[in-house]
Amino acid sequence: MYEAKYHKPASLTDAATALAGSSDGAVLAGGQTLLPTMKQHLAAPSDLIDVRAIDAMRGITVSEGAVTIGAATTHAEVAGSAVVRENIPALACLAGGIGDPAVRHMGTMGGSVANNDPAADYPAAVLGLGATVVTTSREIPADEFFDGLFSTDLEEGEIITQIRFPIAARAGYSKFPNPASRYALVGVFVAETGGAIRVAVTGAGADGVFRHSGMEAALATTVSTSVLDDVAVDAGDLVSDIHASAEYRAHLVTVMAKRAVEALS
Amino acid sequence: MSDGIGARVARKEDKRFITGKGRYTDDIRVENQAYAAFVRSPHAHARVTGINAASAEAMEGVIAVLNGQQLTGDGIGNIICGWAITSKDGSPMNMGAWSALATEKVRYVGDAVAVVVAETQAQARLAAEAVEVDYEELPAVVQADAALSGGAPEIHDNAPGNLIYDWELGDEAATDAGIAEAAHVTELDITNQRLSPNPMEPRSAVAIYDGAEDHYTLYTTSQNPHVARLVLSAFYQVAPEHKLRVIAPDVGGGFGSKIYIYPEEITCLWASMKTGRSVKWTSDRSEAFLTDAHGRDHITKAKMGFDASGRITGFKIDTIANFGAYMSLFSSAVPTYLYATLLSGQYDISNIHCNVRAVYTNTVPVDAYRGAGRPEACYLIERMMETAAREMGLDPGELRRRNFITAFPHETPVIMAYDAGDFGGNLDKAMAAADVAGFAARKAEAAGRGKLRGLGYSCYIEACGIAPSAAVGSLGAGVGLWESAEVRVNPVGTIEILTGSHSHGQGHETTFAQVVADRFGLPIDNVSIVHGDTDKVQFGMGTYGSRSGAVGISAIVKAMDKVEAKVKKIAAHTLEASEEDIVIEGGEVKVAGTDKSMGWHEVGLAAYTGHNLPEGLEPGLKEGAFYDPINFTFPAGAYIAEVEVDPETGVTQIVRFTAADDFGTIINPMIVEGQVHGGVAQGIGQAMLEQVVYDEGGQLITGSYMDYCMPRADDVPFYTLEHNSTVCPNNPLGIKGCGEAGAIGAPPAVINAITDAIGSNDLAMPATPQAVWSAIQASKAPLAAE
Amino acid sequence: MTNVTMTVNGKSVSREVPDTMLLSEFLREELRLTGTHVGCDTSQCGACVVHLGGNAVKSCTALAVSLDGADITTIEGVAPGADLHPMQAAFNVHHGLQCGFCTPGMIMSGIDMVNRYQAEGRALTPEAIRHELEGNICRCTGYHNIVKAIEDAASKMAPMAKAAE
Repeated sequence: MYEAKYHKPASLTDAATALAGSSDGAVLAGGQTLLPTMKQHLAAPSDLIDVRAIDAMRGITVSEGAVTIGAATTHAEVAGSAVVRENIPALACLAGGIGDPAVRHMGTMGGSVANNDPAADYPAAVLGLGATVVTTSREIPADEFFDGLFSTDLEEGEIITQIRFPIAARAGYSKFPNPASRYALVGVFVAETGGAIRVAVTGAGADGVFRHSGMEAALATTVSTSVLDDVAVDAGDLVSDIHASAEYRAHLVTVMAKRAVEALS
Repeated sequence: MSDGIGARVARKEDKRFITGKGRYTDDIRVENQAYAAFVRSPHAHARVTGINAASAEAMEGVIAVLNGQQLTGDGIGNIICGWAITSKDGSPMNMGAWSALATEKVRYVGDAVAVVVAETQAQARLAAEAVEVDYEELPAVVQADAALSGGAPEIHDNAPGNLIYDWELGDEAATDAGIAEAAHVTELDITNQRLSPNPMEPRSAVAIYDGAEDHYTLYTTSQNPHVARLVLSAFYQVAPEHKLRVIAPDVGGGFGSKIYIYPEEITCLWASMKTGRSVKWTSDRSEAFLTDAHGRDHITKAKMGFDASGRITGFKIDTIANFGAYMSLFSSAVPTYLYATLLSGQYDISNIHCNVRAVYTNTVPVDAYRGAGRPEACYLIERMMETAAREMGLDPGELRRRNFITAFPHETPVIMAYDAGDFGGNLDKAMAAADVAGFAARKAEAAGRGKLRGLGYSCYIEACGIAPSAAVGSLGAGVGLWESAEVRVNPVGTIEILTGSHSHGQGHETTFAQVVADRFGLPIDNVSIVHGDTDKVQFGMGTYGSRSGAVGISAIVKAMDKVEAKVKKIAAHTLEASEEDIVIEGGEVKVAGTDKSMGWHEVGLAAYTGHNLPEGLEPGLKEGAFYDPINFTFPAGAYIAEVEVDPETGVTQIVRFTAADDFGTIINPMIVEGQVHGGVAQGIGQAMLEQVVYDEGGQLITGSYMDYCMPRADDVPFYTLEHNSTVCPNNPLGIKGCGEAGAIGAPPAVINAITDAIGSNDLAMPATPQAVWSAIQASKAPLAAE
Repeated sequence: MTNVTMTVNGKSVSREVPDTMLLSEFLREELRLTGTHVGCDTSQCGACVVHLGGNAVKSCTALAVSLDGADITTIEGVAPGADLHPMQAAFNVHHGLQCGFCTPGMIMSGIDMVNRYQAEGRALTPEAIRHELEGNICRCTGYHNIVKAIEDAASKMAPMAKAAE
């Protein structure tokens, strides 16, 4: 990889300062996406600001109908958290299916969400649960956060510190892994929160994670798999590649949505 | 004895691997170490019009930037294919020039044009990016059939229409007549897709030039260090053999891809001389996808005729083989003498004709990958048989039985002489172990869960023990394919075996020691195996083509015969008996029927002290042998796959995999079973997961494990293995070989099972979830229209 | 260049290294612990797996400088004494390796999964082992004997006291 200067700030303020002071800095958390990208020379940040030593970015708490997770919390920590398992079991389940055990010991929620890889799992949970992304400067509703492939509403120098997930009445996630990469070829997160149903789809969209309004409308009438049979999934909006055509992905969106509904808990 | 032939001995070599003490090429770092990085073409086909290395040369740590003009200027020869194939019109094959560093043209993405040598690997890689190469892009062609079509871009000037050869085997007129009179004809268009071998250890080389001695040493990831030395000396003119030592230390898998001599090893040796530094290069996985020889890539049209009783009347095959941008070392032999010669399968077929056209494309060179030609032949035959059985309404096992060869030796119309086998017995064992009788009930149970269950057969045969030198010489091979061994008994009685076979996962240090221990009644810990170093081992042709047991061990046995003869002479003299009465048992050398004996170690000591030897007998106890096989060996077996398909997604799970193999004599069943497990997993990989994909412009799409799907633990089942051994009559221990069987036999079994499950025969490899789901949808469509 | 100090296989080591040096490079090139292998560049093959604070991680996907103060165990350190670790022994007994290249990562992942399942009181079935090996690729063995080896080792590994954190 190209050279980069490493920083390990102990506070959010120091992190923001380091980021602001670099010509093309990047936030480093678990590094499970950033480092492979740098190895392939597909990314060449001037500075790496490692946020794992910042206490404010770690930990899982529950209060007032929400579970708040520090952005530097690892997938393994989320998957193993009694708090998450008890309050939003679908989120723990999703975290336990990201990558592989070694990746889950390092990779972080904030890193995954900030990267917004169109085949990542977490964006489906953030959007499906209607979470709030808390940053160094503001709070961003999930519906406004994701902004196309590898792109988010985050501004330069802004760092995700926490994500606040409303505790859903019930939620479920079903993923169809890409046979090679094991990322989501299609992943569907269904959640019923405050009487409203949200359906978020990752892996399939040509513009990244998206909500499926047709499915949400159908499930709003009855929460059952059968209502999804009549909902069309437009292949025109979906990715086509060597692993799956848009038509196959469209089909899988329906199948995974049904399985997510079956998994609601 | 407990650790002799037939014993499941735990491997002697494991300790260093499980404790992290293995020594692979990339683990080696020598004095004066510098690192190489290659400048590679980003274009599939282009003219190189200029190379500007000025800014790269000025970068920190850069020692030299070297190019192809300098390389050829120093007399380094072109990379060659070592097996000459003659087209059916009598013309020689059209081999295009391949320089280790391209001079005028690049012909695939990854073709090397220059090398940077620097103080560190990171510096070398950064500088390689800074070398400016001017390219004039040319149109590219990727698919084999497209390369043959009129107007396709021509890749080598001396290969008009990209044709390397147009070759045939068998009697075309008789085959046409046989098919014309058939009661039923089955026709299939079959693609055997391109694969990347992917040994887990990437290739690596450490080249050391000693100016004072004008001598080179090369540590490299090779399956055959002596062949590497021979080729580097005789063809590439790097150095004469006595001035070049090649060492293949621990090698992390090969599967064929480490047979060949690649541009990188040649360049590192030459660059070491140019720079006066030891030059090291280690591929990363992305570079491996771009440069390691690929495998398979055949497009075939085939017809098979059957009479009213289901007997095959003729088999006609037309294959186009994609060779990539250059002819790799053994490439020409793969779709000819390792493919067409196996097209009789396990069946008694009077008439077979095969035509093969080999073509250049703008892709990575293609050569032998586990099985090499035989998987392509087996897949074709076994898909034909299963399809024909379905078309004729016959049980697929029964159709096979009606055509099995049952008497040996058997001459096929494609020049093979099968020596021994029990094809019906293999199938019986496999069917029993797979509980074929219970399949219908399992299928019904699965249907109750909404799953489609299917069963598929494959009865494979391969030609191993490669190969009789005179025979392959007459067919165009540039080398003989014997093997050599030396048995060195030390004065204390311990034994070193120097073998030309090379172990890169096969467990020779254990298996070979078992053979020697068994013969002389010694503990296997008293036997060590020396291999992989041209300065230590006399000579060798290496390990590939399932040859180390059948050929490598046979050479050891021949050398042991000579040792035994000398031991008997010494013991007879010492014990005052006749040589004919001397027997070697349990570490003792005895006079039969008496209590007179001496310890094995005492014979060793007597041989080396020379104090009391028979008159005229030389001191010492060390014998060598070269073993040249008199025929190929013919491992064969019956494989049965049972799958369950989720019709909703196309996801297919292999729920049972049963293999009944005939490998002849088995030295270590545990190691042999491991070979089958690994081969079957690679076969499942081909059937369901793996495929090299290029876009139309020749860019590699599957350039990493993100897109090239390697079999993982949850993609494969536990395997049920049976042995049904018939002894090979043509080598001393009756060994047939086991290394490639799984990769040959598994793919058709899996595809036959999936097509059985989904009730559609229109399914190509790899049968990914999407492919299976699409096949299900396509087969539903006409029904829906009714 | 940054100074980094960590404990590797129980010994404190300190080196001045480039900021972008990977842990795998640090182990192999700086410490010459060459049992940790690198088989891919996309963090998928698992040949480089080591333990960081007792947890399996991919050493090819971690910066050495970021691990100042960390406790690392490599394949060379899993059995400090003369005896093999039960996982190492099981790979030998069950023929869970052929070329040996993926083996260090397999053993490190195997130990990690057994520790985690034991800590959580979950049964490590063959299906679970196969699933847990998602990040470790072997090209030689077809996984059959690797799964058998890990299953056997799990029955022989003493439940580990949960690391004090």
